[in-house]
Order: sequence, then structure tokens, then C-alpha cells
Amino acid sequence: MHETLGNKHGVHSEHISVDHDPDDLWGDSRVIVNIGPTHPAMHGALRMVAKLNGETIEKSYCEFGYTHRAKEKLGENRTYHQFVVYTDRLNYCSALSNNVTYAMAVERLMGVEVPERAIWIRMICAELARVIDHLICVGINAVDIGAFSFFLYGFHQREEAYTLIEKLCGARLTTSYTRIGGLMADAPEGWEKEVKAWVQKTRKVIDEMDKLLTGNRIWLDRTVGVGVFNKEQCMQYSFTGPSARASGIDRDLRRDQPSMFYKEVEFDVPIGKNGDVFDRYMCRLEEIRQSLNIVMQCADKIKPGPIWSEDKRVRIPDKDVVHNTMEGLIHHFKFFMKGFDVPPGEAYTTFEGTNGELGFYIVSKGDPMAHRMRIRGPSVWHYQALSPMSEGGKIADMVAILGSINIIAGELDR
Amino acid sequence: MTAGMDLFEWSVMIGKVLFVAVVLLQVAPLMAWVERRGSALMQNRLGPNRIGPLGLFQSICDAIKFIFKEDTVPGHVEKFYWLLAPIVSLVPSFMTFLAIPIASSINLGDHTIHFQAANLDVGLLYVLSIGSLGVYGIIMAGWASNNKYSLLGSLRSSSQMISYELSLGLSIIGILMTFSSVQLSEIAAAQGQTLLQLGPLSIPKWGIFIQPLGFLIFTTAAFAETNRLPFDLPEGESEIVAGYHLEYGSMKFAVFMMAEYVNMFTASAMISTLYFGGWQMLPGMQSLLTLSGTSGLTYEWLRIVLELSSFFIKVIFFMWFFVWVRWTIPRFRYDQLMDLGWKAMLPLSLLNILATGALIYFKVI
Repeated sequence: MHETLGNKHGVHSEHISVDHDPDDLWGDSRVIVNIGPTHPAMHGALRMVAKLNGETIEKSYCEFGYTHRAKEKLGENRTYHQFVVYTDRLNYCSALSNNVTYAMAVERLMGVEVPERAIWIRMICAELARVIDHLICVGINAVDIGAFSFFLYGFHQREEAYTLIEKLCGARLTTSYTRIGGLMADAPEGWEKEVKAWVQKTRKVIDEMDKLLTGNRIWLDRTVGVGVFNKEQCMQYSFTGPSARASGIDRDLRRDQPSMFYKEVEFDVPIGKNGDVFDRYMCRLEEIRQSLNIVMQCADKIKPGPIWSEDKRVRIPDKDVVHNTMEGLIHHFKFFMKGFDVPPGEAYTTFEGTNGELGFYIVSKGDPMAHRMRIRGPSVWHYQALSPMSEGGKIADMVAILGSINIIAGELDR
Repeated sequence: MTAGMDLFEWSVMIGKVLFVAVVLLQVAPLMAWVERRGSALMQNRLGPNRIGPLGLFQSICDAIKFIFKEDTVPGHVEKFYWLLAPIVSLVPSFMTFLAIPIASSINLGDHTIHFQAANLDVGLLYVLSIGSLGVYGIIMAGWASNNKYSLLGSLRSSSQMISYELSLGLSIIGILMTFSSVQLSEIAAAQGQTLLQLGPLSIPKWGIFIQPLGFLIFTTAAFAETNRLPFDLPEGESEIVAGYHLEYGSMKFAVFMMAEYVNMFTASAMISTLYFGGWQMLPGMQSLLTLSGTSGLTYEWLRIVLELSSFFIKVIFFMWFFVWVRWTIPRFRYDQLMDLGWKAMLPLSLLNILATGALIYFKVI
């Protein structure tokens, strides 16, 4: 059959490989499908080119960079304060977490101490961000698999969390809440109580979501054993965060390299076993519960006090000083027009971001702008694994896998 | 109904066809509203509630939007088949409903009106065969769209429809054996008998009580036939974008949507007719009729009204059931769908036939 076809077109039968599929009558029944960058399941702008045999992905490669905004280069051309705004746009589902990590990175480089209250608020922020991000991740994963209501249950709680965040800083999505050496504003009075009430409600919602989907037979069929990535593979691909823990890598920077006051709160680190879509889903669901516990403990421990470091270099001058004294006005002008100098040196600061290890590597030469700013977005590493994970599976599996590793294009492309 | 039809019969005939057409045309906009409000109800949302009472006129606005949108034809499509496809998928869905009895008959002196647009001797087979024509529209759309996603969608659709039509057809055989008829009006009428009398409670001889397994298989297959979640793989929004109707816009897209809803309506009507007594009155309605104290023609018309409402209540319940399921459970994967169809549903429906045969042989039913 192949021979005759080849001869008819005047082509030698070179293209016919020996190990061809006997069911594949024409030898070229593979279809190359371009999935993305504009595809409903490619959240953000990701692109996968897949070679399909029927519905099975035989081979694929992934591309990214469609939302590249030169974040790292911008970091070298903006003052340290100005860059806070850009960190919001990294993983926009958990902007607060990025804000906190970035502030910690610069503070570490400068040796600035932040008062206790600010740290507690930052911890609540980081955990709120984690809850929001995980709610989105499991929700979107479910939407891609076809369960829409599940997503909206979580989404409702997420909106409530955004209302809490709005009370902190006036913005919902792009928060820019932290400042180097402090916070943009103090939490309003009674905010902790509202947070606690939200935690109580969210716990119920999480249980409800759990009941709705986890035992569902179709859900289990679609997720168990799909996109398996074992411990070794995860190590090879530098997996971090919930995706790594789902494969059994017992590593959580909050526990292993505690920053802020993570030593003083109790929480468990959920570990999966199989590293499939289901384990990643379960890990995230359990992490939401643990994060809620942390938020609760922080809200109990938080006390009134200053939110700004006493360090004159980084502290934004108070408005009454600015408006009433000449020195204050000059200080304010210089502070915002020129920025503050950061002593020469370099530092890599990591934090357990929502998706995995989020790191800022800053090299300073003593200027108000970073000499080099590098960001470790965990999605980059996870995204590399999409192809090996989904090869051999169906298109529908690829969609489920992509949802489960929670690729956020902002963080991926930077 | 051939040569000897007089003016009255002609007008009754035309009236019936018009009734079916008008009812079915209302299904899509109404269901779009039900779906949106219903899903909102389940998801702690409000849904469209601005236009008209409870947002009911939202669908009218949508229809106006669909009609006035620019009717584009993409350059890369196979134009003739591409334009034909929506029609091919819509027409069979309208045709099937004609054979379903919506009430019993009424005797008006010289004439008897059957509340069924076409009382066919092979009604059930007609519904099955015409219903399966709808897949041609989907295949045509997928192929003519000249788009890989559309093609995948239509391939999924055709294999899904063929696999599930098998169990759909086989699950009905149990019903055919128990009522020994393929005429839908007879099947509906036969379900008026009493199956069991438990004191004051009489259990009617509805299909579901005789054929519970058949009902489950039929309902599941009906979901697959109408491309509804968990079997909405031909559309599979997150996987193959929108599947076969990816390249369609404006009214042509709306026609596909209409076909889906009308198919749903027909499927609900079939479930009601085969397994829930069709137009047989709901429990309690008969005593209501007796209590009304009417007689003669008034009584007869009242009976027809009650039968009609019983039928539509059942159909509406199943329509709601379709919506309910859609917003509750996730979607199957293609190979799982095939496994379910061939490895679970087909053997079960064969088993159902065997069990029904045995029961009939031993004169249990």
C-alpha cells in the first residue's frame, strides 16, 4: 500500500519508516494541531503544538513568551519602590504574595527590620493570596474538566477575600500593598475580625466543594493516574510547591526556611503520593485548609503597633511632615524622584509562593535602581513539564494537566 | 387521513403541525433562559434578571442580536455544505416531535381529534431514525468548516452518536416487548393500566416501574444523543474550543443551539412517553377531574387539558433534569465515553432485553 502510494506520486518510499503503526494506513494520518495561544484552556497566552494520532498527543512542544513584558529589565530601570507595582503582575492571582516576597528581598539586602505588626499582616496577606490562588487553580482545573459550578463556589469566596484585600489597600487584583520597610497602610480597625469570619465561612465552602467533586466518579476517572510525574522527574524539572509535594517531595519553604513568623504558627504540609492530577488537586485543597489555619492564628496573634520600619532610608515621610516642613518636602521629593540607595551586594530571597518557590535575585551596585533583577517564577519550571506529562494522553488530559500545574502566564513570561 | 379528508380534518391537521412548530420554536429561547437562571440558582449567582419579569425577555434580546449580527462566511469553508449543515441538524429535531402523542383523543360527534400530529404505526422507529439524522448536520458542519477542531468535534460526535444510539435502541426493546407495540400512542395508552394496587395507592403501569434499568440506559443515552454534559464532547469547550460549530456565527450558531434544545425537548418527551406514562394524568388529577362535576363535552375538554398539562409537566421536569445534570458533574474523556458506551451500556441493555424476555415468558409482566 505504501509502495504504490509512493510510486504514484513519483516519490521514493524513503519517508515510510519501518516502525510504522500497522493501523495507520496512509502513514501520515497524524494531524498537527496548534493549541493556543488563544484557546479557552490555555489560560494566559500559552501555546502547544501537538501531533495528534486520533485524539492522542504523540508529540508536542510548548512555547511561551506571548505576555513577555521585560519585567526583569524593568527592574533595572525602576527604583526599588517603583518596582513593587510590577510584582503585582507576576502571578496576578496572588499579587500579595509577590509583593511580600519582593519587599523581603530588598529589606534583606538593606538590612532593614520590619515591625511585628507589619509582619503579621504580611503573613495574613501571603496566606490569603495562597487561598485565592489555590481556589482559582482547582476551580479552573474543574472548569476545564467540565464542572463549572465547583469553580463558582470557590470564586464567590475569592471575591469575598478580594473585598478584605480592598479594605487593606483599595485595590482588588493588583494590590501593590507592601512597601520596602513597611506597608502602604495599616489594616483598618476590626479587619482581623472580618478575616476570621471569612475564614470560618471559607472552611465550610471548601468542605462543600470537597464533597461536590472529590468523590465524583467522572472526576476520579478524569484525574487519577493522569499526568503522572514521579518524584525523580519532579526533581529533574525543578518542581516546587504543591505540584512537587503532590509527587511526594516533602519540601515547603515556610517550614524548611522559615521567614517572617512562620516558626510561630502551626500548620501541616500535605504530601501526595502519585503525582497525578488528582493528587495535585488534593494537595491544593488541603493547603487551602492549612492556609486558613495560619490566617486564623495570625489574626489571633496580631497586635496594634507601628507598621513602618524606623529606618530613615526606606521610610516614606509622613504627610504632616511633608506638608509643614521644608526638610520633609525635600525628603519626600528626593525619595520619590530619585529613590533610595541600596548598599552594594547581592541577595537571593525566596518564599514559598503559591505555585512554588518564588525568588528575587537582586544585585545592587549602590544605586537606587537594581543592577540586576532576576525573578524565579515557579511556573517556568512547571510549564517545561507540560509536554512530557501530556504526551501519550488525550487532548482532554493535556487540558486537565495544564490546569493542575497552575501555569500563570504573568509569572511564566514575566 | 388520505382521500377522504374534509376541510375540518385539514384544518385540524394544519393546526396540529403549527402547534408543534410554534411550541418547539419557543423551546430554545425559554430553555436558554431556564439554563441561565437555573445555573445561576445553583451557583449562588443571579443570572440575567434585567429585561422583563425575572429576565424572561433576555432571550428575545438575544434572538434579536443573533438575527442582526453580521452573517459572515469564513473564506476557508466549503460553502454549500457549510450553509446546509445548520438546516440539516435543525429539521430532524423538529420532525421527531411530530410523532409524539401529547394527549389522548377527543370525540366530537363525527370527528375524532388525536392529539398527535402524526399517529404513525412505526412511531418509535420513526423517532429513532429521524433523530439519528441530526448527526449528519454535525458531521457536515465539522467537515465543511475546514478546521481541525471542528473536524475533531464532528468525529467525536459521530462516533458518540453511533455508539449510544445502539444502547438507546436496545433499551427501548424492553418497552416494545412489554407493550407489544411500536406505536407511540398505544404505548402511552397502555401505561394507563394499574400495575399494582397497594391499598388506596395504585401504581400505574408506567414504563419506569417495569423497565427501571431500561429507563436508566435510555436516559443516559439520551444525554449522549443530545450532546449534553457529561457527554458534551463534540463541543468540549475547553478541549476543542467549540467543536463542530466553531466557525459559525450569528443566526447559524443560534440554529445549532436551537437544534440542541429541541433535541433535548424531544428526548424529554420520549422519556416521558416511554417511561412515565406520556399524557397519562399525574396521580390525583383523575380525582380532580371527577370532583369538577362537569360532564359531556366540557368534561372531555377538561380531561384533554389535564392530560396536556400532565405531559408538559413531565417534559419540563426532564428538561430541568438535563440542566441540573449539566451544572453538576464534569465531562467524560473520549475513551472513557466509548468504554461506557460499549462495555457498560451495551451489555446492560442486552441484559435488560434478556431479563424482560424471561419475565414475559414466566408471565410476571
